[in-house]
Amino acid sequence: MYKKGIYTILSNEPLTASVWRMRLAGDTQYITRPGQFVNIELPGRFLRRPISVCDWDEGSITLIYKVVGEGTADMSRMTAGERLDLLTGLGNGFSTDTAAQRPLLVGGGVGVPPLYNLARRLIAEGRRVSVVLGFNTAAEVFYADEFRALGADVRVATADGSMGTKGFVTDVLPDVEFDYFYACGPLPMLRALCDAAQCDGQLSFEERMGCGFGACMGCSCKTAGGSKRICKEGPVLAKEEVIW
Amino acid sequence: MLDTSVTLSGWRLDNPVIPASGTFGYGREFRDFYDINILGTFSFKGTTLEPRFGNPTPRIAECTAGMINAVGLQNPGLDAVVAHELPHLKTFFRKRVIANISGFSVEEYAACAERLGREEQVGLIEVNVSCPNVRHGGMSFGTDPDHAASVTRAVKAVTDKPIYIKLSPNVTDIVSIARACEDAGADGICLVNTMLGMRIDLRRRRPVIANTMGGFSGAAIFPVALRMVWQVASACKIPVIGCGGVETARDVIEMMMAGATAVEVGAANLRNPYACKEIVESLPAEMERLGIERLSDIIGAAQND
Repeated sequence: MYKKGIYTILSNEPLTASVWRMRLAGDTQYITRPGQFVNIELPGRFLRRPISVCDWDEGSITLIYKVVGEGTADMSRMTAGERLDLLTGLGNGFSTDTAAQRPLLVGGGVGVPPLYNLARRLIAEGRRVSVVLGFNTAAEVFYADEFRALGADVRVATADGSMGTKGFVTDVLPDVEFDYFYACGPLPMLRALCDAAQCDGQLSFEERMGCGFGACMGCSCKTAGGSKRICKEGPVLAKEEVIW
Repeated sequence: MLDTSVTLSGWRLDNPVIPASGTFGYGREFRDFYDINILGTFSFKGTTLEPRFGNPTPRIAECTAGMINAVGLQNPGLDAVVAHELPHLKTFFRKRVIANISGFSVEEYAACAERLGREEQVGLIEVNVSCPNVRHGGMSFGTDPDHAASVTRAVKAVTDKPIYIKLSPNVTDIVSIARACEDAGADGICLVNTMLGMRIDLRRRRPVIANTMGGFSGAAIFPVALRMVWQVASACKIPVIGCGGVETARDVIEMMMAGATAVEVGAANLRNPYACKEIVESLPAEMERLGIERLSDIIGAAQND
């Protein structure tokens, strides 16, 4: 089920030069799984902006978004007290219903946020969680400490070597023991990860969306299980479903 | 007592508000938001003989006051619609529905019309000769009066259901095409489908849409749609369903004053899933404000001298 409602901005602050964190107060009962997203109406913009949920509790939502266009630039200029119209509870989200004892969470750039609540849940369930975060450069790194504070084993890879391992997230994999993986990030990262990992996993994809709730068929993709809408039957697909 | 009802070829609708094909699926997605029985009816997703995946992504681009889509008639195919979608729809929608059909040949249109024409749940058949997102079909039938007439005759020959032809605005003379459909036996005209448009991604220096062009819809096209509804309604005797950029009850009334008997709402459903519910609920107050007792009285009101 979904909820369309009005949410009040509690805070909106930059984490890096282009990545921002917005906290919103409002009804969160329809958000049921990590990896789901909200769709935000912005004044003067025709389409809503789909943003993954980083974390939530009974009365607030945390979103982390990257300023990539005019809509997200609008968002970055908003301040506490302003109100936004959101659709919440969209998408399937990650399933933690697996036998994995040592799950690995792999995030690339702005693909990192939806893994945060997932890590929190997996750790609360008593699993040993490893997290590998990939960025271009040290100045773009965010949330490594937040994942550490949850109790996860965190490694960082940067393409230029300015923090952590020099290279891509896949260059860190040989150092990590894991029996399952969850990933969100750019397509080449997801593909390289699927090639490198022997075990099963779940991957979160993105696509340009019209509605965000399954009506317009704008974000369809072909999978081994037939056509799926990234907004409705996704954004999370199982590794074996993905057609590269 | 205010009366919002309208009648399309003998089919009485509680109100003229109809979600447009391609923005409402087969109803499933919207029942999670509200009871869709409050609608006049809705026009289901354009259905073809065979299942279709549609075009590659990206299929969506945003514009000022509108959007472009190049979905390309993704649908599960005629058999699946009859076997699964219509029976499922029946479990939560007690009204009859508009069956929107599309095709790549006159025979395909006829096959879809014949099969869906046998369904009691179908109130009328809307023949999409105006999809801009497929090659060798769709819009190519709707941009030429002779082709539009031959599709009209073919579907009329195989079903007793009312046939409404959904026309494209991407033509030089909408009236000649509407007249050709009327002369060929069409029971009504629905217009307009989307306008052909495109956007370019400045960073990539490439079209945003994978298929380069797509159909532009949304509030921005309302004045163009209204103008075409006016032209067709004044030239034809058969009823017109107005469509294009409608977002509010006032837009519905404006379309009707231009000559529309009923009004379809498209892109607005995608930005606000409650758009049609809000329109239906605000119609009576808007009628009261404008001194309208019977909504059907204002059809073509602006055309009267």
